[in-house]
Amino acid sequence: MTEPLLDVQDLQVSFATEDGLVRAVDGVSFTLDRGEVVAIVGESGSGKSVTVMTLMGLTRSPNARFAGSARLRGGDLVTASEEELERVRGKEIAMIFQDPISSLNPVQRIGNQIAEQIRAHEKVSKAEALDRAAGLMERVGIPRARDRLRAYPHEFSGGMRQRVMIAMALSLSPGVLIADEPTTALDVTIQAQILKEIRQLSLESDSGVIFVTHDLGVVADIADRVLVMYAGHLVEQGTVDEIFYDPQHPYTWGLMGSITRVDRDPPKRLPAIPGQPPSLLRVPAGCHFGPRCPHAFDRCREVPPLESRVPGSPDHQDRCWLDLADKRTKREIGGRIGLAEGDVIK
Amino acid sequence: MNERSPVQADPGANGQPPLLQAEHVQLYFPIKYGVLVDRTVGFVHAVDDVSLSLPEGQTLGIVGESGCGKSTLARCIVRLLEPTSGTLRFRGRDITHLSRRPLQPFRREVQLVFQDPSSSLNPRKRVGQIVASPLLVQGMEREKARARVRELLDLVGLNPEHVNRFPHEFSGGQRQRIGVARALAVNPRLIVLDEPVSALDVSVQAQVINLLDDLQDDLGLSYVFIAHDLSVVRHVSDQIAVMYLGKVMELSPAAELYRKPIHPYTQALLSAIPIPDPRENRTRDRQVITGEPPNPINPPPGCRFHTRCLWATKVCTEVEPPLAEYPGGHLAACHHPRNVSPAEISAAARSPLSPLSAGRLMPGDTQATSGTEESQVAARPGGTGDAPGEEP
Repeated sequence: MTEPLLDVQDLQVSFATEDGLVRAVDGVSFTLDRGEVVAIVGESGSGKSVTVMTLMGLTRSPNARFAGSARLRGGDLVTASEEELERVRGKEIAMIFQDPISSLNPVQRIGNQIAEQIRAHEKVSKAEALDRAAGLMERVGIPRARDRLRAYPHEFSGGMRQRVMIAMALSLSPGVLIADEPTTALDVTIQAQILKEIRQLSLESDSGVIFVTHDLGVVADIADRVLVMYAGHLVEQGTVDEIFYDPQHPYTWGLMGSITRVDRDPPKRLPAIPGQPPSLLRVPAGCHFGPRCPHAFDRCREVPPLESRVPGSPDHQDRCWLDLADKRTKREIGGRIGLAEGDVIK
Repeated sequence: MNERSPVQADPGANGQPPLLQAEHVQLYFPIKYGVLVDRTVGFVHAVDDVSLSLPEGQTLGIVGESGCGKSTLARCIVRLLEPTSGTLRFRGRDITHLSRRPLQPFRREVQLVFQDPSSSLNPRKRVGQIVASPLLVQGMEREKARARVRELLDLVGLNPEHVNRFPHEFSGGQRQRIGVARALAVNPRLIVLDEPVSALDVSVQAQVINLLDDLQDDLGLSYVFIAHDLSVVRHVSDQIAVMYLGKVMELSPAAELYRKPIHPYTQALLSAIPIPDPRENRTRDRQVITGEPPNPINPPPGCRFHTRCLWATKVCTEVEPPLAEYPGGHLAACHHPRNVSPAEISAAARSPLSPLSAGRLMPGDTQATSGTEESQVAARPGGTGDAPGEEP
């Protein structure tokens, strides 16, 4: 068995605030292989963005506390020094952000912004770097790339800006590519183009992709494996088929139930998850999902460990005390997977 | 049966005019340029000859990509903007150019809910004040307003005890409920919802949509529901209009639109949405349209979608297609309609909702012409939902 490209073990991130300690990420472990797309799903505030930002070293601050490890090619991203991080960032691990307009410098030409990163890591002339920038822009599907090296971000549409971000992330062929909601701000037709692009590029360059999103349609489209996060916990992980066709955690059922499908007749009422995610300042004792879970029982006051509970699928892990047979009956609502009927308004 | 459009025929049952009617509504934003003296150098064709109608108690969904004019249309409907031309009628009464004072009774009946609840609620006002303000504007006494606010909060599923909280103390979904409560304050008949759930998490989206559904049933409200993709509107809409670059491409009863999309743009929108089902997603033949919508300052001639359309032929670049009426109250503006039989195509009549600038040519005529290229394209099988995925 070869070593995974990226190995995250028991990652914990908390922030000291005036109101107390915010446990944003609490014991997250996963691996990422070459050529693989791992999706992290969860609602806002579930800790998915903090997880990937920590891998990039972007959550460091005097108020942040870290524990656990994230091993990439022998180094540990959690404890790495700033100098080490600078060497790794861009070259071995790169990130595509959600909002391209605020991630690009509005007063710098597109070409220069891409070339800048290349020249920070490699000793090449400016002309050569720009040449490579044009090549990258062509690769991500920007027409007339060479002419547009001198364009400013505002001259590009949203989709084109996101392509520039992707070109920038790919400029040094990083082994790990992190995409944090890269298509959320885009129209569906553009989203479809960008997803296709990312998938293709990960295959071509044999890099691993961590794809953060809240859209399960996108997950089904792009991911090989899925991590489901809730209130800082990893509540379930498995292959995309395991998560969609045999979900084990009630929160995953809730997510599955509340999505709308364009290819099916809609149910009379949308099944919803009652309540809201807890404040990370005061996460409930025991299972974090307990207070919203209609199936919670006594034992849920203890935090269930993340472990495999489905026989024969060692990599399909979840945090739920319910037993297997129980889960299979409880998650069925009118022939669909869901958590509860949507008559809960509070 | 098809000589009248369904949107006009539907409410005719009790002889009442539809609640809302837009006839050939146009809104062009002038582009000004110049030193000292502004000259108008062009127009953004935001909404270009749109005709729609909404019977009382129903929901009209309006869908399209950013820049298609859907939000501008919404702002016209509530008369935040005055259309450049065309007519807006509310209960049959022309409200297109009414001035502020005569509009006031209309304002009470039509309310707007915005996309982003955190920027549409004043962060320095308490929830009670926010929800009460439309009541006070309409002249209600303070005491009465206070009681009504508590009623409203309860109605939208918020705790009435929270009247003294500030918007930031609520989650996104709860804030959107506050926006809905404020809209409901004056007992409106029509609520225009501009992407009301786009900023919310999926699980919370379902809660808000169910709430809107309940309110519609309980209070007999009518909605205009704006969305940027087709997955959310399905649940709420009776009719859906698909817009592209300021024009209506397709207008159809909701279920019909998903079962049988006629316009290639609608097909493209549908197939662009990933299905949350990995196995089906892998086998699905998806038709990903390339490129981006053209600039609305200089919209392409003919059919506005022809620059990105897989089926476009010469006629599409020259003649703007009228809205043709197909069975089931389904209207589509396309020279090469999909999913309809040749018999249905030749029987299709021109809808009175068609833009005034649309050509005379009907889809049936296009098929009859002998231009080799055209007849070849039109003869492609139209029965399946998925067109062959042609790669650029």
